[in-house]
Amino acid sequence: MKKLVVFMSVMLMTVTSVAQKLEVCKTCAITTVQAAITQAKPFDTIIIRKGIYKEFDLNVDKPLTIIGKNQPVIDGELKGEIITITSDNVAIDGLIIKNVGTSYTSDYAAIRVKRSKNFTIQNVVLEKLFFGIYIERSNDGKILNNKIIGDAVEEYNSGNGIQLWYSKNIQIEHNVVQHVRDGIYLEFSDFCTIKNNLSSLNVRYGLHFMFSNDDVYENNEFSNNGAGVAVMFSKRIKMYNNLFKDNWGTASYGMLLKEINDAEIIGNTFHDNTIGINIEGSNRIIYKHNNFRNNGWAIKVRGACYTNTFTENNFLYNSFDIAYNSNVNDNTFDRNFWSSYTGYDLNKNGIGDIPYRPVKLFSYIVNRTPETIILLRSMFIDIIDFSEKVSPVFTPDDLMDNNPLMKKATW
Amino acid sequence: MVTIQGLHKKFGKNLVLSGLDLSISAGGIFAILGPNGSGKTTLIKSVLGMVIPDKGDITVLGKNITQNSDYRHQIDYLPQIANFPSNLKVRELIKMIKDLRKSTKEDERLIELFKLTPFLDKKLGQLSGGTKQKVNLVLTFMFDSPIIILDEPTSGLDPISMLRLKDLIQTEKEKGKTILITSHIMSFVEEISDEIVFILEGKIYFKGTISELKTKTNQPDFEHAIASILTDNHA
Amino acid sequence: MLKILKYSFYDLMRSRWSYVYFAFYLLLGIVLLFLNNDLSKAVITLMNVIIILVPLIGTIFGVMYYYNSKEFTELLLAQPLKRSSIFLGQYLGVAISLSMSLILGLGLPFVFYGLFESSAIWDFSLLLITGTFLTLIFTALAFNIALSNENKIKGFGYAILLWLFLAVIYDGIFLMILIGFEEYPLDKVSLIGTMLNPIDLSRTLILLKLDISALLGYTGAIFKQFFGTSFGLIVSFIALSLWVIVPVLRIVYKSKKKDF
Repeated sequence: MKKLVVFMSVMLMTVTSVAQKLEVCKTCAITTVQAAITQAKPFDTIIIRKGIYKEFDLNVDKPLTIIGKNQPVIDGELKGEIITITSDNVAIDGLIIKNVGTSYTSDYAAIRVKRSKNFTIQNVVLEKLFFGIYIERSNDGKILNNKIIGDAVEEYNSGNGIQLWYSKNIQIEHNVVQHVRDGIYLEFSDFCTIKNNLSSLNVRYGLHFMFSNDDVYENNEFSNNGAGVAVMFSKRIKMYNNLFKDNWGTASYGMLLKEINDAEIIGNTFHDNTIGINIEGSNRIIYKHNNFRNNGWAIKVRGACYTNTFTENNFLYNSFDIAYNSNVNDNTFDRNFWSSYTGYDLNKNGIGDIPYRPVKLFSYIVNRTPETIILLRSMFIDIIDFSEKVSPVFTPDDLMDNNPLMKKATW
Repeated sequence: MVTIQGLHKKFGKNLVLSGLDLSISAGGIFAILGPNGSGKTTLIKSVLGMVIPDKGDITVLGKNITQNSDYRHQIDYLPQIANFPSNLKVRELIKMIKDLRKSTKEDERLIELFKLTPFLDKKLGQLSGGTKQKVNLVLTFMFDSPIIILDEPTSGLDPISMLRLKDLIQTEKEKGKTILITSHIMSFVEEISDEIVFILEGKIYFKGTISELKTKTNQPDFEHAIASILTDNHA
Repeated sequence: MLKILKYSFYDLMRSRWSYVYFAFYLLLGIVLLFLNNDLSKAVITLMNVIIILVPLIGTIFGVMYYYNSKEFTELLLAQPLKRSSIFLGQYLGVAISLSMSLILGLGLPFVFYGLFESSAIWDFSLLLITGTFLTLIFTALAFNIALSNENKIKGFGYAILLWLFLAVIYDGIFLMILIGFEEYPLDKVSLIGTMLNPIDLSRTLILLKLDISALLGYTGAIFKQFFGTSFGLIVSFIALSLWVIVPVLRIVYKSKKKDF
């Protein structure tokens, strides 16, 4: 206890009395960022004035606050990584960083945080990058209000916008990530919060989880990505109030779930995606209060998926509401609104009197012979769908919503 | 005026005209006669271009009819059965036909002649067969063309209208027109026609005046002459 | 021809069938809009109706008009008029009055509902254009059937059969073929199959609007080119126009050869 008090007071002394400001500009005493970092003592603040600084491999190895005033530019001239943080308590604010080197052997980043804690990266603009912000074995950081605009075209030679690797408790908020491989990528990273970001026009995924547990993402927008969000091999992810739209293409989804357990998907909107949610081997997931509008397939279920519950979602004008590739079902559909429901409600309790079968025979046929999609909405298809509805053979016969809503679900 | 050479026409398996040749000179009334199904109407319709012949040439006023349909402006045609759109009024029908063909004032005189004024605002569906036939006659005679073709003009007409029709035909003839008539009423034919064209089994059996026909068949009167042709050929 | 078109049209405007047809669409439009309270859903339902009913009504009405207006036709034939103008005039009279019933009948309720402020206006216009094309096509087919069949009952029979074939049976055979040859690349076949049936063609046009997300899920390159660009729209319209032109030419040809 005594030791701690001594330590704390020493810390306080250093921060308040010793901390000083260093300025970097073309006409200042210090003209390069590298020099400022070298000269700075821990807990100093470096102010970088407007200008272009052609530097790379800047190693921040002590707790520093680096602030750009009037958006100074650090230009890496494609020579390699630009800023590497290897100390705790580093803050970076207000810089424009561009021209990160591209390499097939090392993942150069605009800003890399390595084995550090309590970092903050905010108001940074990254352009012409390979990897953007790369957090590696670091915890308790904040990544806020950054703008990452890449120029990725192909998957193999591009990097991710924000990448987390073995990192915990990271907050990622109000960032804009475009034209990179994965907008935001989490691998082995738990307890992170991803909020209010816009991730669009990325080559692969807007947001990508691998082996990451207990993360939350909410109020983000994912549009025009190769696929919106991929959640793979992860547990207890909470996905709230996000918008997934315009993810069009052969292997395009609003969301891809693969080997996911115990997740909550609540309040999201999926519209104009080829597939709203593509689910493979995912169990005990709660789908509630989501809107699926004008998707090719609202939900496509492949492989074994058990004990998922779909309640109070709205399925509006999707070409197919649900597609299954087997005729076994262990999932529950209850009290959803289906725009193609044609039943009636005689007792006026707001719930249709006959159950709704969301899986159509035609979706099974299209799954088998994709070209038959051209017959969508044909009267012949309506007839065979109807006969399948009457006596299911190819589609799961217990898959139905026993309480289909007569009006859109609201919450 | 009208020349027909080697006219053939089959309806399905039924051979109606088999190499019919006929030449009709300008001016005069020609009656086309023959038993039922002998091809009278087919012949007329061929001239009008309503039936397309299998073989043969038809020339009207010196022009081959297959080349151009303008010659039909020179023909007034009275169809055998007066079929009119039933929801049109008489006045509208006359106006429409004038609009489709050409403008004329003749219709007023003809309406007066056949006493059709009270029917002008009636729908055609409500008219009797005879009245319809009168409307039919008005439509035919109002255009004043050099050739007139009348298919059974007397059907359904009362005696007074019949008289008026005969007068009308005579007046037209005096204007130098060529008039082709088919009819079953022998007295009418005998009274009115200058020349007879008798069709039998798809060919012209006889063409000439009534007196020539009587001489040929050695019969004292016209009706017997016709009857003898038919019995001779069936015997 | 224009004069005959005028009189045919005039004749049809007095017949109660045009009003029945018009009233039917008006009612359909009103019911769909005011019961559903949702323009997008109404457009989808309408699409189903248009694709199935417009061809049916077009064929039946076309055949019926032809047989019922025999007297009018005969009267016209007795006049010095060109045959092709008589039949084309009548055909256009029927097709235009049917199209007008469709456009006005459906259009009015939608306009009153506030179509012009809605984003559904393009979908809806496409629907009406397709409906008009289908009317033109199926009335022409009906005239062809009627011109070739003197027997009224036979004519009606063939007309219904034609509709049934193109609306339902064709797609059944098409589906069997696609499934039967599923090991082969089929995107060309499926597109050609669509072109050969005007109902499928119109359906595809509407799919391009309503279900583009699903259509883009398929991998075939030709499919992608067809549905992903304006190419599909252009080709479909050309094919639809051919579907009007060819039967109309046959009307002209047939009418010249026919005896009355």
